[in-house]
Amino acid sequence: MSEYPPKLAEVLEDFSFITGRDERVAFLIEIADRFPAVKVTPNIAKPPYDEAHHVQYCESDAYVWALEREDGTLDFRFDVLNPQGLSAKAMCVILGETLSGEPLGQIAAVPKEIVHQIFGREIAMGKGQGLMGIVHMVTHEAKKRLT
Amino acid sequence: MSDIANRGYTTPDVLVSTDWVAKHLNDPNVRIIESNEDPLLYPSGHIPGAVQVDWTTDLNDPVRRDYIDSEGFAALASRISITPETTVVFYGDKNNWWACYAFWVFQLFGHTNAKVMDGGRLKWEKEGREMTRDVPQYPLTQYPVPQRDDSVIRAFRKEVLKHIENGGQLVDVRSPAEYTGELLHMANYPQEGALRGGHIPNARNIPWSQAANPEDGTFKSADELRAIYLKEQGLNPEAETITYCRIGERSSHTWFVLRYLLGFKNVRNYDGSWTEWGNLVNVPIEK
Repeated sequence: MSEYPPKLAEVLEDFSFITGRDERVAFLIEIADRFPAVKVTPNIAKPPYDEAHHVQYCESDAYVWALEREDGTLDFRFDVLNPQGLSAKAMCVILGETLSGEPLGQIAAVPKEIVHQIFGREIAMGKGQGLMGIVHMVTHEAKKRLT
Repeated sequence: MSDIANRGYTTPDVLVSTDWVAKHLNDPNVRIIESNEDPLLYPSGHIPGAVQVDWTTDLNDPVRRDYIDSEGFAALASRISITPETTVVFYGDKNNWWACYAFWVFQLFGHTNAKVMDGGRLKWEKEGREMTRDVPQYPLTQYPVPQRDDSVIRAFRKEVLKHIENGGQLVDVRSPAEYTGELLHMANYPQEGALRGGHIPNARNIPWSQAANPEDGTFKSADELRAIYLKEQGLNPEAETITYCRIGERSSHTWFVLRYLLGFKNVRNYDGSWTEWGNLVNVPIEK
């Protein structure tokens, strides 16, 4: 996991120790509860949001913003319009907390497959592509600024 | 309840309102059951006193592609503390898609004392009603091992083949892109695809979600449903009908609509659906 940004690697390591479904669910809910901390604020954007920030294939209607910091790194903010989009909120929290402020090259290299490491087998009937869409949008923002 | 009774359904008492559920939270003869697609939802908050029935861990056989057997159902019923006399009320996410699926599985085991909460989790939440993370503890019950009967509401592939040979009525409830074969899987579920795309010959494409009001997840009125299924698509309520989707969950929602809300006489759900049909050798496919 050394190729991942350190905070993300740490979270993925935490998930790797989880063996039970209930434990994974409880951990993800605990993470999703922190969503207000990464939620976009009205001074950045207000609904209805610009479609350019909309995550494709996400049933929970997730949106992503990448705000440029003075040091050239990015601060990621999100919204999830579906009140039942708990998995999407958990995904946003993990990305926001672990990738904001990290080197763009490392963010750009994060693979979509981290979704499987985080959500485990539940992803088979879960949010699969939609969650990967959130990861893609975040990594794409980094890639755009590298080119 | 009066609103539901006035919508013109053929079996209106299969639905209960959020008000009805709120009044029966402590009714020992009623068990509220949440069934969702997203496994995070129930633990994050649910209707007070509601138990969870999870489609992967509770309703499916852990090894074979099939549902739990009779002993498994009796054990599940015992765990959620019901008897054959208990009224079970299902609700869940995605316009009750998964609640209808659980309802359908319960019917295989003859637990007919079952209802669906109109609007599901979305309506309950939108109305600002109480939610809790407390998981209720109920005593185990003795539920007599029932006979599972697959013959009335479940269709298997050989029956589907015979059905299409006879020009039978089918409803494909998947998205138009899946129906035409443009997509081999539902947009968000790439891993649940099939080797071939398209649809079963004769099937009409009526996406399942057309039956629900998106703003609150409630079912459309009988007039609105008849306009879709009978007038637009020309379905005959007297004819034998088979519904299918990808694995039989979305089509259980349409099965519920046709059987209970529109009074179709003979509807079966083909749970093998496209993940079986689209992988079978030498069966007819239309695009």
